[in-house]
Amino acid sequence: MASFLERLIGRRDPSSAELARERLKLVLVTDRSDLSPDKLERMQGEIIQVIRKYLEIDETEVAIKLEQRDRKTYLVADVPLEQDRIYKPPPKTDEDEAKP
Amino acid sequence: MGARVITITSGKGGVGKTTATANLAVSLATLNKKVVCVDADIGLRNLDVVMGLENRIVYDLVDVVEGRCKLRQAMVKDKRVPDLYLLPAAQTRDKTAVSPQDMVALTDQLREDYDLILIDSPAGIEWGFRNALAPADEVIVITNPEVSAVRDADRIIGLIEAEERRIPVSLMINRVKPEMVRRGDMLSVNDVMEILSIRLLGVVPEDQEILISSNKGTPLTLEDHKTPAGEAFLNIARRVTGENVPLISLDQKGGVLRRLARMFGSSDST
Repeated sequence: MASFLERLIGRRDPSSAELARERLKLVLVTDRSDLSPDKLERMQGEIIQVIRKYLEIDETEVAIKLEQRDRKTYLVADVPLEQDRIYKPPPKTDEDEAKP
Repeated sequence: MGARVITITSGKGGVGKTTATANLAVSLATLNKKVVCVDADIGLRNLDVVMGLENRIVYDLVDVVEGRCKLRQAMVKDKRVPDLYLLPAAQTRDKTAVSPQDMVALTDQLREDYDLILIDSPAGIEWGFRNALAPADEVIVITNPEVSAVRDADRIIGLIEAEERRIPVSLMINRVKPEMVRRGDMLSVNDVMEILSIRLLGVVPEDQEILISSNKGTPLTLEDHKTPAGEAFLNIARRVTGENVPLISLDQKGGVLRRLARMFGSSDST
């Protein structure tokens, strides 16, 4: 029944060829750059630290990934800036807590 | 400079390098080219049996390199076509018996007298591959529409592109099953091209006749009757000689193009 509904709203399981294509793309990013997902995550952490020295950013939405275009690999970073900070109360600090 | 040296390689074993080398060599010879194919898989020679020339070997590549015979003496002539020779690999030695410099020197000796020198590379990315790559003017990478073969092809292409001298690389996709592609259960030619992003030289469909031909030691392209894989190899050979033979997609969904192609006498495959 679920699959029938899924089909009705246009969702279906990917074919095995589609799975193969997506898995290959992912594994080749690692093969070509010699950068494991674990290293990439650590690098992302460090890059965020550097950016935070200069900009307020929405860390939860940062996406840093390797992308293939033709036979070249690009490091692509999407780093959204924190723009609604004017409307947000300033983050509470220990000092605030200590105030009477 | 004379002959072009074309190395046929794949990274992964079992994708059809030797069969492709044999069939391309025969096709090119039937197109009136003077062809030598060199089996660079020292210790695991196979091009001789696939071509059906195993009983006529006297000397081999290592004998030439080590000076036990002249190059001419080691070359086995295929009498079924005008100008085709095989330089067999040694079977009892290991691949370190030959160096990349030896391969360059050897092909340089052959260049003057031939149009095309095809080198059947061993699988892998080490010594044997390095030997096969050293004298190459061009490389044909063979893959199957399968994750492991495509991944290894990518690795090989990366290694060739990392060479100091620029070597043109093109891709042959072998053993495509159009029916499985249509069902969504096999990577399509477009999928593989999107992933590997290099020039497509041709596509060869899966064909049971291939096994039968290697059982007999008669490359498909020598047979009188037409076969899908044989036609595909012949088309690829014609492209190698510079002829403009259009690619016809094997995995057209509607099949209209394929029927049209057949109507106009071109093969189902490319």
